[in-house]
Amino acid sequence: MSAPASLRPDLQMIADWVTPRSSVLDLGCGEGDLLAWLQAHKQVSAYGVDFDVNNVVRCVAANVNAIQGDLEAGLAEFEDQRFDHVVLSQTIQAMHNTEQILLEMLRVGREAIVTFPNFGYWENRWQILKGRMPVSDDMPYQWYNTPNIHWCMLGDFDALCAKNGLRVVERVVMTGGRRVHFLPNLRGSLAFYRVTRG
Amino acid sequence: MSSNASSVGIVSAQRALFDTPLPLAGGTVLPSYELVFETYGQLNAAGSNAILICHALSGHHHVAGRYSEDDKAAGWWDNMIGPGKPIDTNRFFVVGLNNLGGCHGSTGPSSLDPASGQPWGSRFPVVTVPDWVTAQARLADRLGVERWAAVIGGSLGGMQALQWAIDYPDRVANALVIASAPKLSAQNIAFNDVARQAIITDPDFCGGDFYAQGTIPRRGLRLARMLGHITYLSDDGMGEKFGRMLRSGEYKFGYDVEFEIESYLRYQGDKFSDYFDANTYLLMTKALDYFDPAKDYGGDLVAALQRATASFMVASFTSDWRFSPERSRETVKALIAAGKRVAYAEIESVHGHDAFLMTDEPYMNLMRAYLQRVAKEVAA
Repeated sequence: MSAPASLRPDLQMIADWVTPRSSVLDLGCGEGDLLAWLQAHKQVSAYGVDFDVNNVVRCVAANVNAIQGDLEAGLAEFEDQRFDHVVLSQTIQAMHNTEQILLEMLRVGREAIVTFPNFGYWENRWQILKGRMPVSDDMPYQWYNTPNIHWCMLGDFDALCAKNGLRVVERVVMTGGRRVHFLPNLRGSLAFYRVTRG
Repeated sequence: MSSNASSVGIVSAQRALFDTPLPLAGGTVLPSYELVFETYGQLNAAGSNAILICHALSGHHHVAGRYSEDDKAAGWWDNMIGPGKPIDTNRFFVVGLNNLGGCHGSTGPSSLDPASGQPWGSRFPVVTVPDWVTAQARLADRLGVERWAAVIGGSLGGMQALQWAIDYPDRVANALVIASAPKLSAQNIAFNDVARQAIITDPDFCGGDFYAQGTIPRRGLRLARMLGHITYLSDDGMGEKFGRMLRSGEYKFGYDVEFEIESYLRYQGDKFSDYFDANTYLLMTKALDYFDPAKDYGGDLVAALQRATASFMVASFTSDWRFSPERSRETVKALIAAGKRVAYAEIESVHGHDAFLMTDEPYMNLMRAYLQRVAKEVAA
């Protein structure tokens, strides 16, 4: 089955962290782009979870194992430590049970890869200073219709990990598809974390 | 896509006689038996494009098409199977059969026992899902099908698809298990037993040997079907279709048919008791009750599924309470734990258990997407 030749830059960043021939669970897998790419290029064994039946249908067409399910209800379908990597891409900020899903990810997998729009990005701060809630390419919603209910910045996510005794193995921050090294919490629009149990 | 879909057209049933004795799970041996079946589409030269359709409790071999130009009713899954339909007969060779113990032409309780020349009746052995699968495998041999591209079934049919993947791992490439369960719950067995009691306690049942008496336990069959039918629909679906509608518009303060739902259920019950065999009903419900592929593996479904090499598609329907999504998720969980390839969809539907026979759009899309993938795999 044909896999996408190139991935969106943020998905490519995640893909780079995935070990060849490992097992991967992608939470909120959408149409299965990341997993199809990983299956084709890194020979992973993979499952995706998505809430939307239409996405499950597209995953089926893309030869990706998709399980329809609600992440808010936990990951009961998966046994402890079943996966090498568990991915949650730009979804954690839209979840009610933020802390629970993070812990569930590390129950079913050895490493959690979590990405989220960084609320501390300077353009967001600037819009707030101007008196409005931030709207951008990474967060294209108005305050009244946004699915994103749990905003955080790098420091907040670090604190959540520390509170639960989790170890941040690696952190990358990007803007417009390019990595940001200097003043990441100010200059980075998208955050990428690799987290393990302490 | 569906605008190009059409019917398989005029079809006819075929018969296959098997005289190799079939040992049954219950310990008896069926010396010989006949299976009635239909096929649609062409088996390719490699023999790789065959799909087996397994029927549920009251189903049979007439899955698609019509028997004559003026045949009013098409086969029971005609919406799913045909040229350009999700199970596309332009690409696949599709086989439907009537299971052993059935009452639509395959050897069953109403057939004549060659030893006595009398209908089998109460002496027909109880057969199980694994027995059916063994009989189906022999039919596959006869048809020149070494490995099914897919085995597909809803409800009791889904149980057969799952059993196939376990019992004949090399002979199933894909198993589609729809609105099914890895075993029945106590509540589900309870419904089956009420249905059986309705039949068995009908005086016309005569202990199962009513054929010789020239009677039919119609009242029992009718009640069994009415009860079953309630459990195949959802509360919402029934409410939408019938609500509290009255046939005459006002209460009659009596016990005749008043509400539309009563009329509907009685009609369904009557119709069913005209053509369905009481002993077959008992047998089919027993096959449901006994189904538990994990039993031979210390109750461990993951261990049972470890043998399978097939890819799986599991689907359930939100309003199905007879085979609820939770039950399908048990199968999915075990498949994931066993490291099997699986897709799972929980289809939004008001049609209850019957939804597997309906045409809810996401369901049709899912089936189409999955089977297009199968077609590519087997170069159909």
